[in-house]
Amino acid sequence: MQSFSSLLLSLRSGFDSGFIYSSGVVWYFCRSCLQSDQLLTSHSLTQKREKASVQRGRGKKESAPNLLCGRLIIIEDIVTQIQDETDGVPIRTVKSFMTKIPSVVTGADIVQWLMKNLCMEDPAEAMHIGSLIAAQGYFFPISDHVLALKDDGTFYRFQAPYFWPSNCWEPENTDYAIYLCKRTMQNKTRLELADYEAENLARLQRAFARKWEFIYMQAEAQVKKKDKTERKILDSQERAFWDVHRPVPGCVNTTEMDIRKCRLLFAVSTNSDSCHLLFQILFLNTQLDRHCMKMSKVADSLIMYTEQYMEYDPLVTALEPANPWASDDPSFWDLEASKEPSQPRVKKWGFSLEEALKDPAGQELFLKFLESEFSSENLRFWLAVQDLKRMPQQEVAQRAQDIWTEFLAEGAPSSINLDSHSYERTSQNLKDPGRYSYEDAQDHIYKLMKSDSYTRFLRSNVYQDLLMAKKKQGRRTSLEKFTRSVVSVPLLGLHSFKLRIK
Amino acid sequence: MRSPPIPEMATQEVQLSETLAHLKTESDTLKGKLEEERAKLHDVELHQVAEKVEGLGQFVMKTRRTLKGHGNKVLCMDWCKDKRRIVSSSQDGKVIVWDAFTTNKEHAVTMPCTWVMACAYAPSGCAVACGGLDNKCSVYPLSLDKNENLAAKKKSVAMHTNYLSACSFTNSDMQILTSSGDGTCALWDVESGQLLQSFHGHAADVLCLDLAPSETGNTFVSGGCDKKANVWDMRSGQCIQSFETHESDINSVRYYPSGDAFASGSDDATCRLYDLRADREVAIYSKESIIFGVSSVDFSLSGRLLFGGYNDYTINVWDVLKGTRVSILFGHENRVSTLRVSPDGTAFCTGSWDHTLRTWA
Repeated sequence: MQSFSSLLLSLRSGFDSGFIYSSGVVWYFCRSCLQSDQLLTSHSLTQKREKASVQRGRGKKESAPNLLCGRLIIIEDIVTQIQDETDGVPIRTVKSFMTKIPSVVTGADIVQWLMKNLCMEDPAEAMHIGSLIAAQGYFFPISDHVLALKDDGTFYRFQAPYFWPSNCWEPENTDYAIYLCKRTMQNKTRLELADYEAENLARLQRAFARKWEFIYMQAEAQVKKKDKTERKILDSQERAFWDVHRPVPGCVNTTEMDIRKCRLLFAVSTNSDSCHLLFQILFLNTQLDRHCMKMSKVADSLIMYTEQYMEYDPLVTALEPANPWASDDPSFWDLEASKEPSQPRVKKWGFSLEEALKDPAGQELFLKFLESEFSSENLRFWLAVQDLKRMPQQEVAQRAQDIWTEFLAEGAPSSINLDSHSYERTSQNLKDPGRYSYEDAQDHIYKLMKSDSYTRFLRSNVYQDLLMAKKKQGRRTSLEKFTRSVVSVPLLGLHSFKLRIK
Repeated sequence: MRSPPIPEMATQEVQLSETLAHLKTESDTLKGKLEEERAKLHDVELHQVAEKVEGLGQFVMKTRRTLKGHGNKVLCMDWCKDKRRIVSSSQDGKVIVWDAFTTNKEHAVTMPCTWVMACAYAPSGCAVACGGLDNKCSVYPLSLDKNENLAAKKKSVAMHTNYLSACSFTNSDMQILTSSGDGTCALWDVESGQLLQSFHGHAADVLCLDLAPSETGNTFVSGGCDKKANVWDMRSGQCIQSFETHESDINSVRYYPSGDAFASGSDDATCRLYDLRADREVAIYSKESIIFGVSSVDFSLSGRLLFGGYNDYTINVWDVLKGTRVSILFGHENRVSTLRVSPDGTAFCTGSWDHTLRTWA
């Protein structure tokens, strides 16, 4: 996260404000605030929140310059709602021994509220989300440095908007030193430093040895005499602030950001560029001409595909042998790698030509079948073009030529049958040979294989035998043949026409 | 602020802004028309048709392996085609190759930059590609000799003008597809480092990409900070389809196994399914209780399940057809930054800001 001064430098002229988005929080800044070194007031935050609430609702697209969406500041919306006087949690002053604990709510109340308002069935979910919201610094346990939500009577207090992450806080180590110093000045047990804080203070004293006097003075000045209750609340809020920015060792530092998102979002990007708009218009016109499928057909297609493959999906259907990751036994993989493809695997080759070719064993069998029919040149051409597309750039031109010689030239040894249109296109392409020179031809040959050879392959003995898991040494014995015909006899009267077709 | 314009310039400026306004209006009108046309074909919802589909049983998925060894946030991972090895990269510049089944580390490389946001395993299993803040994508051949210094054989392939967000080998070790914070995607020849094709059209950082699963396909999808998911033709460099329904950055895109649709995960806390034939969003996976962004998504082998890694440290498992959440998985102690299903679908692996990777099944 950049410092305020560098933010200022990178603001483009004409822009008075903007948004930085990171870690699920939108950071809003405005030029005048930065120049006067003021922090955002809760007033401007309220404005932003109201705007966001208006935008909320799926499908609403706010035009530029506002790149906010309801969900981005949903956390702050939640935190505001949860403190609402009528619809929020009961925040009250609790009497404890000789003192009063102001402005607290129990963890259980927060969990209940989250479950109800975020529609969660499981309190574990509410505790998880609540802990994340706490870790970001929006509420905190009054007696612990660890920012997590418990589903019990533990007391929590809400953080002042002044300290919210969206205020672009980037507190320096000098600020932290002043704070720790302050804590040591107040002789109250509840303000005693934890071990890691004492270590931090010692480290900072060494680092800032030269300006320690200044730090001490600042700390003294900040220890003002205020109303006891107000002091209690402010102290706890300040402590919670530092728990976010200097977390307990071992806790997640929620101020860490995804570096890809640490950029300034400006409303006007290329959207106003006339060139971009022209492209957009051209693109939209082509999209209008597109012939699309009805949703009902799409749904049927997706369902059909998924249902067909579900029996092969190890995370949906139990495997035979067991999933190696669960059983620690790699037999499943050994079986898949063996020369003998399993029956389910062979069955999959029948789903589509693509599926058959994807599997090296399926591809091999299909090739063998085609060889037996003396039509293997189609598949070999298709495979050669696949290879061509995978070559290093340097070798492409030569390979393209080789393919022409082998498959398409006059008197080619493995001559394939192309329609004249594809042939013309391809020979034109070959004038400047590239890895996509054969796209048309490949497409044509693929369609041919799919409609012709592939369907015959599926009906062929080589495939059917494997599919029915018949033994390799078996042509059917004469006994088997006999038995089959005997079984059919009683039906002869009714089904004789069927037998004849067989 | 600008100084007052000279009169001629003022007229020019007025003309330009008028033209822009006209173009904007035309563009908006077309968008409206397109939406109208598409809506006519939207006769039913996917989850409605899916009511006839049998419900999924109770899911028991848990962490089967935890891989410890990275010293900082894990940012990316990819599976090897052998279904058990993986490569992972992290913020501290380390790229590690593991046998996830035994949890042994097999190779480690230290990149000269931090935030290695992208890594990929070559189809042959003999090399890995990675890159990030160095704006490059480099390929490291994996040596069988453990003592050999991998960094010495490094090959710089891609050069962008901003961070590398994602990379993927195409069907061979010879080409790499990259996406970048500079708003473009590009296809490179590994051997020569030559740029084969570049893809322009995103208005902001491109964060993710995925290649269409088809053997004959030449398309891929990309998602970016402009909230758009674009489908590209690798041959021509043209954007052939575009989808803009997310409300924030798209962090991850992944094709449905048939290649007819793809899913996306976004900072708006939703995952969405887009069908290419309908040219529309056809499902949205979201819940009131999910308020943190999705960092990465992937499908199970049949496409029935969609796994989403979220910034709230969890993994949500969705029933793709019915649109409901099947399961929520806890385990990571910080954001889930990357998620991939293994090549044979037997498990999925997640990487997290908690420095670890986990395999789930």
